[in-house]
Amino acid sequence: MKLVIIDYGMGNIRSVEKAFARIGLQPIISSDPKVINTADKLILPGVGHFKKGIENLRKFSLFEILNELVTKRNIPILGICLGMQLMTEFSEEGNCYGFGWVKARTVRFSFNNKLKIPHMGWNNLFIQRDNVLLKNISEEDLFYFVHSYYIICNNNQDILSTTNYGVEFVSSFNYKNIFGTQFHPEKSHQQGLQIIKNFVDI
Amino acid sequence: MFIPRIIPVLLLKNKGLVKTIKFRKERYIGDPINAVKIFNDFKTDELVFLDITASKENRTIARDIVKDIGDEAFMPFAVGGGIKSVNDIANLLKAGAEKVIINTNAFLNDKFVEEAAEIFGSQSIVVSIDVKKSFIGKYECWIKSGTINTKLNPVEFAKKMEDCGAGEILINSIDRDGTMIGYDIDLIKSITKVVSIPVIACGGAGKLEHLREAYFLGSAHALAAGSLFVYHGPRNAVLINYPLKEELNKLLYKWE
Repeated sequence: MKLVIIDYGMGNIRSVEKAFARIGLQPIISSDPKVINTADKLILPGVGHFKKGIENLRKFSLFEILNELVTKRNIPILGICLGMQLMTEFSEEGNCYGFGWVKARTVRFSFNNKLKIPHMGWNNLFIQRDNVLLKNISEEDLFYFVHSYYIICNNNQDILSTTNYGVEFVSSFNYKNIFGTQFHPEKSHQQGLQIIKNFVDI
Repeated sequence: MFIPRIIPVLLLKNKGLVKTIKFRKERYIGDPINAVKIFNDFKTDELVFLDITASKENRTIARDIVKDIGDEAFMPFAVGGGIKSVNDIANLLKAGAEKVIINTNAFLNDKFVEEAAEIFGSQSIVVSIDVKKSFIGKYECWIKSGTINTKLNPVEFAKKMEDCGAGEILINSIDRDGTMIGYDIDLIKSITKVVSIPVIACGGAGKLEHLREAYFLGSAHALAAGSLFVYHGPRNAVLINYPLKEELNKLLYKWE
């Protein structure tokens, strides 16, 4: 199975690569559309600004190839953190359009100093429906989150889990071949590895 | 349910771990990678590694050690020690660190934190502030491993750093460092009152109850400690340790 981690210059690719190595896989890291085109499964990681993410994807000429792979060829893809947000239709971070693969939008947390932004730390998932991605995960497992924006889904059936941080937000979703986690499975101990394993096993 | 992060702070000197008292009297603790493995087993929230002689010696924390840590760690970790350029940050993040911690150079170079936050995102940039009380009891910021007094007020500096785009502030009491008598709650509160970004409290934790105090009374967003996680028992025998999740949940869920 050819697993490709998309390198578009956003965030720490190495941790993601290491996590797959821990379960015995050697993923390919690439920003080359020709290489990405041959993937059986894709990972879209990312930490940072939404608008910069979109700009970088365009700069590396990845926008079209990813649209093709994901919406026409139905290649399974896992978006992590910013990667997940890029899959939505629109983000308030930069007032920018995303891929729109999932009917959802990305909005900013807004509290009045009671809760700090970003949501940074460990938190649990309220599982909304049975799914391959969350197999063997319990609602007591904690995952590492670090984000200032969160996702709202239009369709409840796309929501795999929600998490509470002032508001109840979508912490993981799935629509057809498209999966996303707001948290970082590659930085969430054994339970994070379980998520990664689950995606590999799809 | 959101519980504050509990973060071991590990000090690097010549590739080994040491623990200090008031930033002096270094005592050898052990091998850093071994410590990471143990913290992995404890399911530790996050780790901080600081090269404590880097800024003094005009160098930056070595990329190699960061890579070795990254290869081993199952949790996020931050690194610091003489970080002074965007290039330094890029190398360290690429080597596997989630965040970098900037102290001395945040003071020496006005635009550094701003530039770094712009390029790498605020969530990757932690500004750490080391504080000592002056002879007349005023809080002052010190740099270069606590050897140079900037005479700056930590509250004003923390605010300035937030404005520059720092993602978190690590507030460290040099006076309390290694003493295990408890955090400087007044100091912590003075910072958490004025910034809206997460504040990590550090310096003085000697028992779990201190973590609770810093969280509820100091309003710290995360609790960091050194001695608490590397020593054990009345004679401070070296033993890497970390509390169980159940203990922490009970301790930090509600203030009674």
